[in-house]
Amino acid sequence: MSSKIAPREAFGRTLVNLAEKNENIVVLDADLAPSTKVTYFRERFPERFIPVGIAEQNMIGIAAGLSTLGFIPFATTFACFASRRVCDQVTVSCAYPRLNVKIVGAYVGLFVGKNGATHQALEDIAIMRSIANMVVIEPVDAIETEKVVEFACEYDGPVYLRIGRDPMPQIVPSNYSFSLGKGVLLKEGKDVTLISSGALVEDTLKVADNLEKEGISAKVINMSCIKPIDEEIIVKAAEETGSIVTVENHNIIGGLGSAVAEVISEKYPARLKRIGIRDTFGKSGTNEEMKKKFKLTVEDITREIKIFLG
Amino acid sequence: MRVKIEDIKKLEEIAKRLRVKVVKMIGKSGFGHAGGSMSIAELLTCLYFYEMRYDPKNPAWEERDRFVLSKGHAAPIFYAVLSEAGFIPEDILLTIHHPDSPLQCHPDMRLCPGVEVSTGALGQGLSIAVGMALGAKMRKKSFRVYTLMGDGEIQEGQVWEAAMSASKFKLDNLVGIVDYNKLELSGRVEEVMPLEPLYEKWISFGWHVIEINGHSFTQIMNALNMAKNIKEKPTLIIAHTVKGCGVSFMEDKVEWHAVSMTEEQVENALRELGCSQEEIEATLLQMKEG
Repeated sequence: MSSKIAPREAFGRTLVNLAEKNENIVVLDADLAPSTKVTYFRERFPERFIPVGIAEQNMIGIAAGLSTLGFIPFATTFACFASRRVCDQVTVSCAYPRLNVKIVGAYVGLFVGKNGATHQALEDIAIMRSIANMVVIEPVDAIETEKVVEFACEYDGPVYLRIGRDPMPQIVPSNYSFSLGKGVLLKEGKDVTLISSGALVEDTLKVADNLEKEGISAKVINMSCIKPIDEEIIVKAAEETGSIVTVENHNIIGGLGSAVAEVISEKYPARLKRIGIRDTFGKSGTNEEMKKKFKLTVEDITREIKIFLG
Repeated sequence: MRVKIEDIKKLEEIAKRLRVKVVKMIGKSGFGHAGGSMSIAELLTCLYFYEMRYDPKNPAWEERDRFVLSKGHAAPIFYAVLSEAGFIPEDILLTIHHPDSPLQCHPDMRLCPGVEVSTGALGQGLSIAVGMALGAKMRKKSFRVYTLMGDGEIQEGQVWEAAMSASKFKLDNLVGIVDYNKLELSGRVEEVMPLEPLYEKWISFGWHVIEINGHSFTQIMNALNMAKNIKEKPTLIIAHTVKGCGVSFMEDKVEWHAVSMTEEQVENALRELGCSQEEIEATLLQMKEG
C-alpha cells in the first residue's frame, strides 16, 4: 500500500493546481489556513486569498457576493463552523439562490485532533443534506479528494465538501473518476453490505476482512457522494444482500445512515443497522481514544454486525 | 432614466408613484411590509433614478452598479422601483406574494429581473455587498455597490463582521445606507436594543459616515456624490427617516410594520397620496376581485 495522505493535504494541493489554470478560483479563510491547508494557496496566489478573520458568517456572505461576479469561491473552515455556525447564511445567501459557492469543512466527525466536542462536527451532514440545492460530498482519500475538488470547480452550484484531517491510505483505484450521485463499490459480497464514507472507510474494509474470516461475505461501498445519494447502488445492495450496515463518523441521526434508511424504506425495505455516534456529544482525545470511547474500533464494529446478523 | 440634480420635481413624482404602488400591492395582497417600504421611497428613488448605472434591457450588464436590498422585507417598494425602472412590467406588481409570482415576499434573484441577490434573512446583505465590491476591485471594474439596511437589522452581529472587513479591504466602491426610522417589528429601536452612538460606531469601524435626512432628495444626492470622493474606505449613510412616511396614519407607528389594509385604509392612503377618485375606485375594485 502506498503512503498515507490526509484529504486536507490533497485538498490544499489540488486547489493550487486547479487555480494555475482557472483564475476564477478564490479562497476565503476564517483563520484556520494552517489546519485546512489553504496555506499552499495563500503562498502561491496571495492576491486571490481572502482572509476574513474569525467571522464565518461574513465569510459565507462575501463568498456569495464574489460568486455573482463569476468567481468560484472556496469558503474554508472547520466542518463544525461551516455547518452549525453559518447554517442560515449557507441556506439563504448561497443555496436558495443556487450560487456557485463551495463550502469546505475540514476536521470532521470525531477526528479533530484533540479539540473535543466543541470542534467535532457530528451534525454537519444532517444540516447540509437537508438544505435544498446543496450537494454534499465526503471524499475518502487523496485521489478521491483531488477528483472531488475538480468536480466542485466544474459544477455550477453550491457544494459542501467534508474534508478529513488525518492521513488515509489509498482506497479508490489510481484511475478513479468521480461521478455526482454515484457510490463506489470497493468490495463485492453476498451476505451483508457495509456502506461508509470518509475516515471510517478504511476500518470498514478491515471489518469486511474480519467478517470474511468468519464466513460472512460483506460487500463494501464508499458513499462519498451523500447528496444526491446513489439510490440504485443501495437498492441493488438491498436486493442482493438483504441486510445493510452503515458506518459513519457522524451522529446516526441525519447522516449517512439516515440517508440510506430513507432510500431502502421507500424503495426496497431491508434490514438496516446504523453504526456511528449514537446521539451524544464527543470528547477530546486521539482518534484511537475516540474510537474506543464511542465503540467504533474495528473489533467493536465487527461484533455489532455479527450480533445484527444473528 | 436619470434625473438631473436640479430636477427634484421629477424625483418627487416618482417617489409618490412608488408609494401609491406599495399601497395598491399591499391592498390587493392582503399583506405586506408597509412601514419600512414607505420610509425608503426617497432613498431608492435617488439610487435608481439619479445615481446608479444599469440597463433594464440587459439586467446582467457587467458594468452595472449593484444594489443589495439587505432589508429584503421592503420588497413591495423595491418591486415598485423595478417596474418604474423598466426591469419588470407594472401589471405583475399585484401578483406579489402569490406562490407562482416572481415577486415573492422577499426578493428572489432567480425569479425577478433586476434583483441582484436574494435577501430576506436580516444581516446578510452587507457581507454580500462586500463580496461584490471586493470582486470589483479584484477584476478592476469601476462599478459601485450600494446596500440598504434596516436600523433594527444592524443589531445582527454579522453586519459588524462585514463592517470590519469592508474597511480592512478599503472598499471605497461600497456605500452602505441605514434606514434609520427608529422602529423595528416589536417596538422602538432605542428600547428593543439601542444603536446609539451610531455615527461613532461606524466611524470606529473605519467607515466614512454621512448623516442625512433620508427624505430630502438634495441631501441624499449630495451624500451619494460625496461618497464617490472618499478614497480607501467605505461610506455609510445614516438616513434619518420616518417609518410609514407619506401616509399620515402609518407614520412612526410600530403596528404598520407588516400589515393587511382595509378598503377604507387603502382609500384614505391613496387619497392622501394624491390619487384621483377614479384611480381609487379602480383599486378598490381590484381588491374585491380577490
